[in-house]
Amino acid sequence: MSDANGKGAPGSEGANPEKDLSAQNLPGQRGQGGEEVRVQRGMFGANNGGDTSGYGGLVRSVRLPGPAARPYGGWFDEVADELEGALEEQDLLPANAIEKTVVDRGELTFHIEREHLVRVAKTLRDDPALRFELCTGVSGVHYPNDKGRELHAVYHLRSITHNRVIRLEVSAPDSDPHIPSLFEVYPTNDWHERETYDFFGIVFDGHPALTRIMMPDDWQGFPQRKDYPLGGIPVEYKGAQIPAPDQRRSYS
Amino acid sequence: MSTSHASPRETTEGTVYTVTGGDWDEVVESAARTDDERIVVNMGPQHPSTHGVLRLILEIDGETVTEARCGIGYLHTGIEKNLEYRTWTQGTTFVTRMDYLTPFFNETAYCLAVEKLLGIEDQVPDRASIIRVLLMELNRLSSHLVCIATGGMELGATTIMIYGFRDRELILDIYELITGLRMNHAYIRPGGLAQDLPPGAVDQIREFVKKMRKNLPEYDKLATGNPIFKARMQDVGYLDLAGCMALGATGPILRSTGLPHDLRKAQPYCGYETYDFDIPTADTCDSYGRFLIRLEEMRQSLRIVEQCLDRLQPGPVMVEDKKIAWPAQLALGPDGLGNSLDHIKQIMGTSMEALIHHFKLVTEGFRVPPGQAYTAVESPKGELGVHVVSDGGTRPYRVHFRDPSFTNLQAMAAMCEGGQVADVIVAVASIDPVMGGVDR
Amino acid sequence: MGLEEKLPSGFLLTTVEQAAGWVRKSSVFPATFGLACCAIEMMTTGAGRYDLARFGMEVFRGSPRQADLMIVAGRVSQKMAPVLRQVYDQMPNPKWVISMGVCASSGGMFNNYAIVQGVDHVVPVDIYLPGCPPRPEMLMDAILKLHQKIQSSKLGVNAEEAAREAEEAALKALPTIEMKGLLR
Repeated sequence: MSDANGKGAPGSEGANPEKDLSAQNLPGQRGQGGEEVRVQRGMFGANNGGDTSGYGGLVRSVRLPGPAARPYGGWFDEVADELEGALEEQDLLPANAIEKTVVDRGELTFHIEREHLVRVAKTLRDDPALRFELCTGVSGVHYPNDKGRELHAVYHLRSITHNRVIRLEVSAPDSDPHIPSLFEVYPTNDWHERETYDFFGIVFDGHPALTRIMMPDDWQGFPQRKDYPLGGIPVEYKGAQIPAPDQRRSYS
Repeated sequence: MSTSHASPRETTEGTVYTVTGGDWDEVVESAARTDDERIVVNMGPQHPSTHGVLRLILEIDGETVTEARCGIGYLHTGIEKNLEYRTWTQGTTFVTRMDYLTPFFNETAYCLAVEKLLGIEDQVPDRASIIRVLLMELNRLSSHLVCIATGGMELGATTIMIYGFRDRELILDIYELITGLRMNHAYIRPGGLAQDLPPGAVDQIREFVKKMRKNLPEYDKLATGNPIFKARMQDVGYLDLAGCMALGATGPILRSTGLPHDLRKAQPYCGYETYDFDIPTADTCDSYGRFLIRLEEMRQSLRIVEQCLDRLQPGPVMVEDKKIAWPAQLALGPDGLGNSLDHIKQIMGTSMEALIHHFKLVTEGFRVPPGQAYTAVESPKGELGVHVVSDGGTRPYRVHFRDPSFTNLQAMAAMCEGGQVADVIVAVASIDPVMGGVDR
Repeated sequence: MGLEEKLPSGFLLTTVEQAAGWVRKSSVFPATFGLACCAIEMMTTGAGRYDLARFGMEVFRGSPRQADLMIVAGRVSQKMAPVLRQVYDQMPNPKWVISMGVCASSGGMFNNYAIVQGVDHVVPVDIYLPGCPPRPEMLMDAILKLHQKIQSSKLGVNAEEAAREAEEAALKALPTIEMKGLLR
């Protein structure tokens, strides 16, 4: 299931002629080759025909930073080598587990295939050269434009022994929002995973009690997904009304 | 018949004993035979001895807590979602209201993350960093004071509560002088500060440090050696290093196990590596150790505050880049809002482009290159982490706060189970959770 | 030292309404309903510098059954709203509500899915107190205004009459959106 989706994602990227065209016509952008988070049209982000600048036809895809090539620099190479070595010892090809490695803004991110997440996390925690003892929880991010891998779970691991921080990123498609739970490896993720389930609907398989934590138990929907409205109401003043923040004009 | 009361009668409400005279002991004995002592008590979400709207579900057997669970979410505010509909600068207004006892930490952590995304960490002026440290350390004092004050109140020691709030007022006066507000400041902005220190601030802080050095020993006199206080706190809320690591507990809880882990030393930010201070630890793993750590941290904070004051040199408090910097040096305008008359004179009178630029910066905000960043600061409660994602737009794509209160509160069950009901209050007080931070 | 020594004949005539109002306003017992940031300011008001004890109100009751004033201090989430209503229902009559801070009054800056846009959707509010958070002085001002209101509250048939009049006035009142003039 996830394999099909994983293969589907690059294929669908190639099938989009509009995006290819925009990529050809533009100079190199920061983070070329990463996931596309959004397509920007026009210059000023006005999407209701208000762009009179003449740049209204401009189409630009905004991408997150792409995979990095070796050497990553600093202690990043050491961690990556150790992790790959430790995974190989467990008869797991690193290339199968680590989808890609991103180095950006002085931070090291491993994109992990979800079926190997628990093993990678256990390795990161237990290997003496890695020793990422402390997980600072999981943060969900919803990328509706990243087809086939809409839901991301982002973990930050801290090693007090070696004084390092790395990031693990795992993705799941909207149609199959399952990610294995890290509760067994890092019990601190108990509430964090419940929170991420509550807000993003990511189902953490293996969590002992995955229930809503913030919202009332009978709440419908997952409020922090991008397709969930902010839910504000228009505010009335004397003779005037101001729409809720998500209904206003935006320049993003 | 030896029983002097009628035999028990089963009803839909449970067993009913009708007492018609006779020996009370016999009645009690026959009631005890049913063995359904196990009851579930619901503390909160409104209760005087809980921190805000925390709900504790305790399963108790007599006075012993056999199982403890937290119900949270009663203060969920949707701040993370709201941030996605505001500009990056407006974000500080929201994050400051998350953990309302540590506003400067929230703002600094968020601004450090935005600055990391923008790649301008090195351009933030020294003076801005020093003032950030100064305010954060004052904030550490005020947060610990509230923790000790409310913790004391929950133990029944009202005096210590009055003391704590008395000293906190002195700090709030300083905040008010500097930022204009007692709480919820939105003073630290991406790129620097909203404005410089007002005249008289440094003198007032020096005065405060002097006064606080006199007042801090009062807490020692009142509480540290107090036998009742010690009896209530010692060996209560025990959580050892392995437990802390597994549950992700940081801050005073982690340091009470003897591990001197403090992000100010481990991964310094805002120039903390240049300050001279110690990390207090205890090896008792209990509530009393955490109390002592908080007291000592307040002393260390005073040391840092003094060093900050000595270092302050005149200079800018906002980055040079005019594409990011909001007009700093705001003054109170006639409308009660912050205005900079010089800036208005310049944009309205001399330069059309500056006016357009100002308008765009304020209404639209600046763009942040796509990517994600994680920054963490050592808040009074532990590691306060911020994960921000930008999609290259003028608004955050996603902001997630890893609040220490949220994570530390998970340790409540581990600290309380097997103890007495009264100890639950002590254990929760020693975690010092603030529900605004827990629920966000 | 007080009123009684000023009275020439040793007694004083008043209405039952006035006497009851005076007694009621002089011993208001607030329930602790601290929710968010405002709760800290509420605690500050009770502590040393601002000293709510001056108005005979320093004793915050833990049980709603012993309280007659609910100071809703902070944002009310959708999850908290039923709890809030239950606490309100548990309070004995007569009871009053101060909605402290903009979040409790109107939702404030948190105009979103999680927050009830004004606690008056859940319970009737007597005093709306703006500010984010309001200063302790503002809370004390609100409390004094509430004292005035309690002092002048009606009893029996007069209370029914007053309630009817208030409802008629509310029905006739112009909706905010149709109002003209400056925003004040």
